[in-house]
Amino acid sequence: MTHKLPQLPYAQNALEPYISRETLDYHHGKHHAAYINKLNDAIKGTEYENKSLQEIITSATGPVLNNAAQAWNHAFYWQCLSPAGGKLKGDLMEAITRKFHSLERFEREFSTTANGHFGSGWTWLVLDKVGKLAIVSMHDADSPFRHGQIPLLTCDVWEHAYYIDYRNSRQSYVNAFWQIVNWEFVTEQFKQASHRQAA
Amino acid sequence: MAHTLPELPYAKDALEPHISAETLEYHYGKHHQTYVTNLNNLIAGTEFADASLEDIIMKAKAGLFNNAAQVWNHTFYWNCLSPNGGGEPSGAVAEAINSTFGSFADFKEKFSTSCVTNFGSGWTWLVKNSDGSIAIVNTSNAASPLTAGQTPLLTCDVWEHAYYIDYRNARPKYVEAFWNLVNWDFVAKNLA
Repeated sequence: MTHKLPQLPYAQNALEPYISRETLDYHHGKHHAAYINKLNDAIKGTEYENKSLQEIITSATGPVLNNAAQAWNHAFYWQCLSPAGGKLKGDLMEAITRKFHSLERFEREFSTTANGHFGSGWTWLVLDKVGKLAIVSMHDADSPFRHGQIPLLTCDVWEHAYYIDYRNSRQSYVNAFWQIVNWEFVTEQFKQASHRQAA
Repeated sequence: MAHTLPELPYAKDALEPHISAETLEYHYGKHHQTYVTNLNNLIAGTEFADASLEDIIMKAKAGLFNNAAQVWNHTFYWNCLSPNGGGEPSGAVAEAINSTFGSFADFKEKFSTSCVTNFGSGWTWLVKNSDGSIAIVNTSNAASPLTAGQTPLLTCDVWEHAYYIDYRNARPKYVEAFWNLVNWDFVAKNLA
């Protein structure tokens, strides 16, 4: 099975002024594409050749794992963003308020975690093993699937995600991130994850 | 003891066209400076308040280690570069490289491959082991050869902030440019 670079769910300039067309040109067109190409090269003729991304992520190690997880993480990240942004409401709003007291405090805690993450990686909102919401940071290509968690929202804090637009100021990028979070998508992830855990 | 940002051993535009003044503006003026500032904030009132940078690197963990090691790594990296650098080493460095890697070309290829394949943020090093042998090693994030008992001889910073302004995602191009700047006199001093 050859893995393909998924299309961006919006135009390359659709996230401006928060994330530039040039950033998406490189981040999606070069970085994400390179992970897919390297993955396809790495799995050729191996036991991973006909496995899904998620199966590879939970069973592989080394470069196969890194490239598969980065392929998955980026596809998920693009879907977590939207030019329309949108408002959080419904069940997830209730769950976030219950856990973090308010959406504002959740965003503050998530931002602090993202800003404080040392090196390359991802900050996630996940549903943990016991069905609780949690904010977690992971290094490099690491994935919540490897920790028994279900990803709901992610912010890419590799420098390539923000260096063109914000240089060393990760904080400015994380502030901008909140303007373009696709809450509809995140809510849908929460709904599916809750069903899966209830089943 | 307050740690201070050491002066760059050359002007900010001295490494052009290989590394731009803008990159040094951010890499030295913002990133390196931030590690120094964070370190000073973190050691205040702790057992490390009067410790040397090397001491902190050898003993501290987590944020303290990260900032101390990044201060040290960057200072070492600036010294590994020079506007008059590049070319091939001579003397003891050349001998050590030839006897370990076969030739300078083989060493260069192996070091470059290590740089390009170091996944995520980190550093590629040429080090001297305690038995006197030399080796190429990759470290992640702030990790330092010092804690492994190795003597750093040369380093290439492969954090994306080291090359994204000048080369975007093309780390191999940055590494190729790096060879035009290597300060072999500094490497020789480290080996001696």
